[in-house]
Amino acid sequence: MGNKKFSEWMQQTLFVGPGLLFFSVIVIVPFLLGFYYSFTNWDGLDLDRAKWTGMDNLNRIFTNDEKFWDSLWFTLKFTVITVIATNVLAFLLALVLARPLKSRKVLRTVFFMPNVIGGIFLGFIWQFIFTKGFYTIGEKTGWGFFELPWLGTPDTAFWGLIIVFVWQTAGYMMVIYIAAFAGLPKDLIEAAKIDGAGYGQLLKSIMIPMVMPAITICLFLTISNAFKMFDLNLTLTKGGPGTSTQSLAYNIYTEALINNKYGLGTAKAMLFFFAVSLITVTQVWLTKRKEVEA
Amino acid sequence: MEKQEKYGGSTLTFEVIAIILGLMFLVPFYFVAINSLKTLGEILVDAASLPKDVIWANYSKAWDVIKFPTALFNSVSISIVSVVCIVVVSSMTAYRFVRRPTVFNKIMLSLLVASMIIPFQSIMLQLVRITSMLELRGHFYGIVACYIGFGLALSTFLFHGFIKTVPLEIEEAAVVDGCSPLGVFWKIVFPLLKPIIITVIILNTLWIWNDYLLPVLVIGSNKDLTTLPLAITRLFGQYTKQWDLALAALAVSIVPILAFFLFLQKHIVEGITAGSVKG
Repeated sequence: MGNKKFSEWMQQTLFVGPGLLFFSVIVIVPFLLGFYYSFTNWDGLDLDRAKWTGMDNLNRIFTNDEKFWDSLWFTLKFTVITVIATNVLAFLLALVLARPLKSRKVLRTVFFMPNVIGGIFLGFIWQFIFTKGFYTIGEKTGWGFFELPWLGTPDTAFWGLIIVFVWQTAGYMMVIYIAAFAGLPKDLIEAAKIDGAGYGQLLKSIMIPMVMPAITICLFLTISNAFKMFDLNLTLTKGGPGTSTQSLAYNIYTEALINNKYGLGTAKAMLFFFAVSLITVTQVWLTKRKEVEA
Repeated sequence: MEKQEKYGGSTLTFEVIAIILGLMFLVPFYFVAINSLKTLGEILVDAASLPKDVIWANYSKAWDVIKFPTALFNSVSISIVSVVCIVVVSSMTAYRFVRRPTVFNKIMLSLLVASMIIPFQSIMLQLVRITSMLELRGHFYGIVACYIGFGLALSTFLFHGFIKTVPLEIEEAAVVDGCSPLGVFWKIVFPLLKPIIITVIILNTLWIWNDYLLPVLVIGSNKDLTTLPLAITRLFGQYTKQWDLALAALAVSIVPILAFFLFLQKHIVEGITAGSVKG
């Protein structure tokens, strides 16, 4: 009996041990430490010098940190607009590609392609497009839209980030919607057509409710990616002009790694965690309720 | 009886609209490609037309400035080693979780799944501290260790969902034949996991290849380990507005991942669908 127990224990260690070790050291311990560091004046260097400062960091964030709240407001606006734009575009693309188009496979590849390139690269590429490419197109066509100082004013830089984010993300969501459409029961749609349902009715009463699980996933993915946007922000606008397009993730980054206020940065990062959790959990709970059984 | 959909006038209209939209999606790539072959002067005068003279020198210069061979080697080796480790560690963990659903293992699985919601920013600063303390910072094995830690949650979850569908009977027969638990897993179960292994490899490769912030923090000042995203960012820090050089550097940096995508796109699209439906 003792032998069997020992063997079970060995197997548990062998199979789960490595995973548990990496997960604890890399994710769990740092995360838990974050709650402690949030209440200190840690400067990123010597931990011994980090003093417990109680509510100082939180007080400062809540009463005396306009930039943090500006970046929260920026991030919320950005998230709402990109989530709607990305999903509407992805849904429409999927609907179109569900038709028997001759160029269907090539187009699927094309729409998906921006997604495999990282935000760092895309930000630099679009920096060129907005400053030089659009300018040339504007000169040639005379369309004012292209001659705007895209990265030069807060409003246009905001929309610039949205354009690139949607361009990058829509293809990924499209792939998920295409798979969902492919799983729809054909006889149900045929029956509805025979009963005289128009396309709009078909969409509203059958297709959208039936692909609700895909909508839940796509909303979750776009909300959390948009809310956590960093790479694109860093390389396309650097938060500028000024700090007008600074996302929350970027604000935390500058606070800690540029201003060396690690304690304050950690406090912000923990608030960031609560915000992300609250928003995504609420969304999943809301959309899951709308899912129906096939 | 299923009717074959007809290719009528409305389908043609959709086809045309979709192709125009597809071309618009490609415009940024067109701009990078043509302008990477021009002189800076020509770029500034007209960014939209084809180059008058093709300047390949941009590429050889960019190749040297970002130390492309080193950066490519680092990106490739970090991605491959990390992904292989993630597959090994997470498949073993998930296997044990499925076959021995003890209270401890169930709690661990829920913890892993819940941890996926934690943003990287909420961990990164403390991680810098811990990786320095454990002397992982600035080392190849250090960045790999971090990727294993961050890659585990989703990968274990995906393996867990898949292994649940693997019948126990095959394993029992092997145990009777005197196979050790490790032997059962590697010789019998692991080969059956091929579809989900592909999904796990693809999802992790795309993420690790393009990752910027973790390497900046963990590789930091060790220039020998510079990956492509770091090399590009450094280039833009040094040579502002030198678009001839920058665009050629961008082009060579995105070619490897584009090639990876175009060769494996069938698997990638399937992998993403599988990964997201379970996630």
